[in-house]
Amino acid sequence: MDFTLNKEHEMARQLFRDFAENEVKPLAQEVDEEERFPRETVEKMARYGFLGIPVPKEYGGQGADPLAYAMCVEELSKVCGTTGVIVSAHTSLCVDPIMTFGTEEQKQKYLVPLAKGEKLGAFGLTEPGAGTDAQGQQTKAVLDGDEWVLNGSKCFITNGKEADVYVIFAVTGKIEKRGKMMKEISAFIVEKGTPGFTFGTKENKMGIRGSSTYELIFTDCRIPKENLLGQQGKGFNIAMHTLDGGRIGIAAQALGLAEGALETTINYVKERKQFGRAIGAFQNTQFQLADMATKVQAAQYLVYAAAMKKAEYQKNPKVSYSVEAAMAKLYAAEVAMEVTTKAVQLHGGYGYIREYDVERMMRDAKITEIYEGTSEVQRMVISANILK
Amino acid sequence: MKIIVCIKQVPDTKGGVEFNPDGTLNRAAMLTIMNPDDKAGLEAALRLKDKYGAEVTVLTMGLPKAADVLQEALAMGADKAILVTDRVLGGADTWATSTTIAGAIRNLEYDLIITGRQAIDGDTAQVGPQIAEHLKLPVISYAMDIQVDEAAKKVTVKRQYDDRYHIVEAQMPCLVTALAELNEPRYMSVGGIFDAVKAEITTWGRADLKDVEDCNLGLKGSPTKIAKASDKVRKGKGEKVTPDSPEEAVSYIVGKLNEKHAL
Repeated sequence: MDFTLNKEHEMARQLFRDFAENEVKPLAQEVDEEERFPRETVEKMARYGFLGIPVPKEYGGQGADPLAYAMCVEELSKVCGTTGVIVSAHTSLCVDPIMTFGTEEQKQKYLVPLAKGEKLGAFGLTEPGAGTDAQGQQTKAVLDGDEWVLNGSKCFITNGKEADVYVIFAVTGKIEKRGKMMKEISAFIVEKGTPGFTFGTKENKMGIRGSSTYELIFTDCRIPKENLLGQQGKGFNIAMHTLDGGRIGIAAQALGLAEGALETTINYVKERKQFGRAIGAFQNTQFQLADMATKVQAAQYLVYAAAMKKAEYQKNPKVSYSVEAAMAKLYAAEVAMEVTTKAVQLHGGYGYIREYDVERMMRDAKITEIYEGTSEVQRMVISANILK
Repeated sequence: MKIIVCIKQVPDTKGGVEFNPDGTLNRAAMLTIMNPDDKAGLEAALRLKDKYGAEVTVLTMGLPKAADVLQEALAMGADKAILVTDRVLGGADTWATSTTIAGAIRNLEYDLIITGRQAIDGDTAQVGPQIAEHLKLPVISYAMDIQVDEAAKKVTVKRQYDDRYHIVEAQMPCLVTALAELNEPRYMSVGGIFDAVKAEITTWGRADLKDVEDCNLGLKGSPTKIAKASDKVRKGKGEKVTPDSPEEAVSYIVGKLNEKHAL
């Protein structure tokens, strides 16, 4: 087993780190404080290919791999959790399902501009009554001539109002499965501006406050028949496949938040003096940091291993990366919460003040234990696999 | 249009400079980067490429490890990369370096050569103009802005000069030395990186250099002897005088030169 990175990943990390430091970090506090979507950063990221990292060049992407993508989200999140999730939701939740399940026409029409970053993507699965229980979907799609007619609503949608292209799930009928009647779910591509597609409430959140989180409302929203993504009735599989990949993105975001908090704290404890010496000279601080650093390193190995397993899957679809992605997300999210909380504690009173980055990082970290499958869902995925 | 950009891998002086006991730089102890003036020169070339569709070739002389900066340049958008490396070329001063680079450039077609003004490890600002001299090309140094008129085969450069600037024109082919202040260099692109590591880097040795003599190469061909090396000393503010007549100006300057024993 080789834990060294190859040349392209080392160079990519340098690129993401320089970009994050120069272009993202200076805006992080303002974006959080003002709940402002950093549109200018999205445009710059598009220019350097950050919005189409794992997409083949023939579809406008960068021809890179899932590991480079995970590193991008990691480095961005180290300085700004909001910017990390913008890239993650766009790439994992919109670009990936269109790349994997889209027809050639759909790829030309949607994947190319998404990968080039000319358009931003989002994903709508969650509903007020259907979070972890995706079968609880209420949004319906009915075929009427050459069009699907969508009715219903989606909530907590990342990149909500800022996206241009949405992958939306809706109930298209009923099917019998193992003697039980189940909802038949299908996936669709919906463009912003389609009549009948509007936005509801903007969520005022604890963390990732610059991320645009909205309710999507569909009222007799008619989309062309050819915007069905994948086969009719395969929506649940598409959603699960998409979330497997999404978990690597969120795991990378959590990892970045933990790394950012750790780095910030290491610098702080060298400067901050109490009782006549730097607080880093106290054994309690040293041991806390040792535990934090060890967990962050372990999280990084899990996240990179999951990304590399996904790369293997892309060459051989028989390979599954579902468990690795779930483990990476579960662990990295819990490490992010623990490390950012300890970082605040080690900062003392200053850690509780908005001006200090660790305060924001702790608020940003919490969501990584919740979205794209809660930690409980990850435990369900992992245990189901080891007990099968 | 064909543009050659000469770049150099230099120690990153951001974290301070380390010297060997003999006064030379301890390069092994320091991280390396693309020399900032050269990077601005590369960015200027890439902007000309964006505008006119030029072909940009990056060239460096150094140890095999110097291929790192060539890969970075390719990842930023350069089209071709050439590494000149050979044991016999080691230990070169500015004269031997410029002789070597000119010998490499004689194999290539070009309309414009861009070099950085100076490298942050040597701070001589000699190699660029010397290359031009070897190749018998016009040179414009200290470029703050570069404009090209493709039809007239002409470059117009805003040249930094103490408290003012000059606008200088030259017929192509010519050589321009760039200042870091010229522009804000772009980042590498993700796809550029993945292509760059697979791209072929042309490697040339002594045998590939055209019209150069061994006595002008490497340590043996280097007339410079380093008496002492130190960190950069900032130039003083200088003195500004406004004489009433040219005669008065001349006598003032001559007086100053005498005072400094320059005459």
